[in-house]
Amino acid sequence: MRYSAFRIFKEGLTGNKGWKPVWREPEPKAEYDVIIVGGGGHGLATAYYLAREFGVTNVAVVEKGWIGSGNVGRNTTIVRSNYLLEGNQPFYEKSLKLWEVLEQDFNYNAMVSQRGIMNLIHSDPQRDAFARRANSMRLSGADAVLLGPDEIRTKAPYLDFDNARFPIQGALWQPRGGTVRHDAVAWGYARGADSRGVDILQNTECTGFVMEGGTCRGIETSRGTIRAKKVAVCVAGSSSRVMAMAGMRLPIESHVLQAFVSEGLKPVLPGVITFGAGHFYVSQSDKGGLVFGGDIDGYNSYAQRGNLPVVEDVCEGGMAIMPMIGRARLLRMWGGLMDMSMDGSPFIDKTHIDGLYFNGGWCYGGFKATPASGWCYAHLLARDEPHETARHFRLDRFRRGAPIDEKGQGAQPNLH
Amino acid sequence: MIIHHPLLGPRDAAEFVYKGDVSLIDRPDGMGDGADDAFHDYLYLRENPAGEHQELWYHEQGDRSWLVVTRNTLTHEISNVELARDLARRRGRSA
Repeated sequence: MRYSAFRIFKEGLTGNKGWKPVWREPEPKAEYDVIIVGGGGHGLATAYYLAREFGVTNVAVVEKGWIGSGNVGRNTTIVRSNYLLEGNQPFYEKSLKLWEVLEQDFNYNAMVSQRGIMNLIHSDPQRDAFARRANSMRLSGADAVLLGPDEIRTKAPYLDFDNARFPIQGALWQPRGGTVRHDAVAWGYARGADSRGVDILQNTECTGFVMEGGTCRGIETSRGTIRAKKVAVCVAGSSSRVMAMAGMRLPIESHVLQAFVSEGLKPVLPGVITFGAGHFYVSQSDKGGLVFGGDIDGYNSYAQRGNLPVVEDVCEGGMAIMPMIGRARLLRMWGGLMDMSMDGSPFIDKTHIDGLYFNGGWCYGGFKATPASGWCYAHLLARDEPHETARHFRLDRFRRGAPIDEKGQGAQPNLH
Repeated sequence: MIIHHPLLGPRDAAEFVYKGDVSLIDRPDGMGDGADDAFHDYLYLRENPAGEHQELWYHEQGDRSWLVVTRNTLTHEISNVELARDLARRRGRSA
């Protein structure tokens, strides 16, 4: 069923009786060409692009809970491509280009809203660093503009410009950045994949891998054994737990990241704003709530909830840059599990086990990567070679001395 | 979280800096056979369990001691705290 304005009009006149569930609840087949473990944004995007772009439709997506119940439903919905390093930036720019055509592509309203992202600058060295970053962005074909304080004042006059410690000297502005309705991304990809023949198996937990002669031939699930020519794991947050069932240790720690939303307000933010002297970022949802967050809690956790010191730290960051935020009441807060990798960058790669593929390590930046992650993972699964823009995201990069360390922190996951 | 420091009693976790898995005590012999592989695994790979986890915390805003904290990563419940020095000695890694 194609969605359109005409369709809404017609359904409105006929009692809205024509709407149907947008994906099936099929029984698992005995064997698939590809099984994707994990029905989150990345897993569903992988299934969608496998079917649409690479013609592989005998695919199952296996999800322990309901689709979109993990990080795609728990993030702060920001999309951007403002990275520095060559291993990262072309990939994220591909992702942003896919976001821009996503809704027309899968015929679903994902509320892609390119209102821009503004990274504030508070010192001369920071301006140099952001100028360099802007050049790197433009080399990849992305947009980047350096703003002065006067231009920022026209967009967000309420920021604390003349703060004694952290005066606002400028900003790195990416007009094409913005926000996307996160749940709709999962639903839109699921609908698009399902309509092309992909089986989405919800409430089906992967409990082990079928290994035959050192090759992965399928998975054990709570609904029985399902065989496959290729098994693609895509469970960021729980990557270590799942890959441990294949005997693998990963360069990943799981951490909790908290996010917050205020009561609904009239439109006040021009887009996404990030504080350059602390870790704080804020955007405004279409319902009006200020959506914001900051640092991860910093210790290994699978709890999906954080602790109060980080709540205080995030709110201090907000008050420092945007004092008026203190007038808004906090409505909700929650936590999600992050695969924090050893260099802050992700993995899309084959493992050393034939037939077993891995996608994970997205740290707290996985949402913006969803379309390109799905596209590049599908490329790897269909052609057995990495996509041009994801060729640096290899599991062996630490052994080769080729980490992709945006922040230059070294192998200390809680600092990325 | 409250960490029960063996010498100082209950302290707020915000006084500490988190380092990570206690396996970071077991630094391999850089001159031994297979040192490249051993250092790769030591530096980059982690067990990352969901459940009981032994980890290193540094009391930066306190007495600067290193602690080994046994904590459940699913509940954040801490079941044991000891000085890293004591554990290192038991493993024969410290005098």
